Amino acid sequence: MDADNRIRQEGGTTAREATIDAIIGRRVTGSVLPALLLAACNRHQSALAPFGAEAASTRTLTIVLLVAAVVIAASMTLLMRHAIRTPGERLTHDQGMKLVLWAGGVFPTILLFALLAASLPLMRPAPVSPADLRIKVEGEQFWWRVVTAPGPGQLVSANEVRLPVGRTVAIDLAGGDVIHSFWIPGLAGKMDMIPGRINTLVVRADKPGRYRGVCTEFCGLSHALMAFDVVAMEPAAFDGWMAGQRGASATASAAAPGAALFARYGCGGCHAIRGTDAASAIGPDLSRYGNRATLAAGILPMTTANTAAFIRHPEATKPGVRMPAFDHMPEADAVAIATYLQGLK
Amino acid sequence: MRRLVERIRRLSVSLWTLIVPPTVWAGHFLFSYLWAALNCAKAGRFATFPTLYVAGTVLALLLIAAAGAIATVQANTPGDPPPHEQSTDLDRLRFLAVATQLLAVLSAIGVVFTATPVAFLTDCR
Ligand code: HEC
Ligand SMILES: [Cu+2]
Repeated sequence: MDADNRIRQEGGTTAREATIDAIIGRRVTGSVLPALLLAACNRHQSALAPFGAEAASTRTLTIVLLVAAVVIAASMTLLMRHAIRTPGERLTHDQGMKLVLWAGGVFPTILLFALLAASLPLMRPAPVSPADLRIKVEGEQFWWRVVTAPGPGQLVSANEVRLPVGRTVAIDLAGGDVIHSFWIPGLAGKMDMIPGRINTLVVRADKPGRYRGVCTEFCGLSHALMAFDVVAMEPAAFDGWMAGQRGASATASAAAPGAALFARYGCGGCHAIRGTDAASAIGPDLSRYGNRATLAAGILPMTTANTAAFIRHPEATKPGVRMPAFDHMPEADAVAIATYLQGLK
Repeated sequence: MRRLVERIRRLSVSLWTLIVPPTVWAGHFLFSYLWAALNCAKAGRFATFPTLYVAGTVLALLLIAAAGAIATVQANTPGDPPPHEQSTDLDRLRFLAVATQLLAVLSAIGVVFTATPVAFLTDCR
């Protein structure tokens, strides 16, 4: 407030202007700055916090380009300042032409070529062999169909990509309905998912942990609510997980009241649960629902209350969602189904 | 060689030499895209030894160099002291010639910058 008062007295600035200045000033230091700093702390969805080789080299390239841009901008500014301050006729015509040739032609060409050459190796896709693990991911409005190791013994799931650390993994990407784009910022660059086409992204994770990926091509109302969990696991743990997940879901829950309700409400018309009659692939596979950390494609924390609320009113969470509302469903039924689903591990 | 230089010097003022370098650059640009697209669509992979592509790039650079050389000869007509700012035929020729020279340098850089990624790419993905 001291500063405000001084401005008001000295400069004859109106009180209102000073207040606005103060508010803007406070806003900049009060929210933008911490937000910027917080962004640097994001370790699960950030191209600046890589857990894969490709993202790491992209980060290095970004830093190189950024530093180069700053150096060039600063030296141009200094050069211009020098040119403006220097009295005329300091250079002969010949010297001036030489300066233009070297500083304006030769130097930028060499510099640009160096930057081009530095970035080109990143365009080379990593090598992949038929023995490498493949994961097929299909983008749907507004969720992800994930098939790990397609073929006999494949593992169908949704909204969660698990991959072993230290092994090359080929991710085959397709669009189920419209164009989506698959991006795990910490792992690799983004790649489009186009209906009728398969684009292959080759990745290699090098740090176990839980991360997050997102859709980066506008695909409808809930585009911004289309994310997924990424779990990078130690190879042995990954193999164990694969073996354990392939079979039918925990049968103990077949007797749960929610199982009958799930069938009665016709949820099986869109969802599949391995080991039951529900086998449709229209919506996300719910066989191992209870193992996921989030629901509705990385949007809500996995709790019974959230699941029950989503079942009755998915559109409240995701506008334009492709699952109908079950608003006539009593809450008790929704909770029973949610409990059953969360028991599927 | 002397005779050639003499001939070039006697050429009348022409926009054609000026247009050659950027046109060749554009043509080479298209050629590069077609090269990648056709190889990937027809053969399913990048050509392992791209003789044709190297030949096309060298040809483009030669054409640009030729335009640049003609322009250099025209820009240095002897016995014509500066300044070159009158609306005479000779000064107009000098102006066009210098513009052509600069365009030739730019186009040659453009061709090299376009060819480098093609040389680096190894895969249709
Ligand atoms: C018309 C097809 C359809 C029907 C019927 C349907 N769903 Fe869905 N369901 C979907 C779609 C599509 C999604 C994906 C929504 C999204 O995230 O965009 C979904 C998502 C879900 C999710 C979240 C899944 C996840 O991985 O996060 C749950 C839980 C769910 N549905 C439960 C049910 C239950 C219980 C019923 C029956 C009462 C039901 N659904 C009926 C299509 C359907
Ligand atoms: Cu999408």
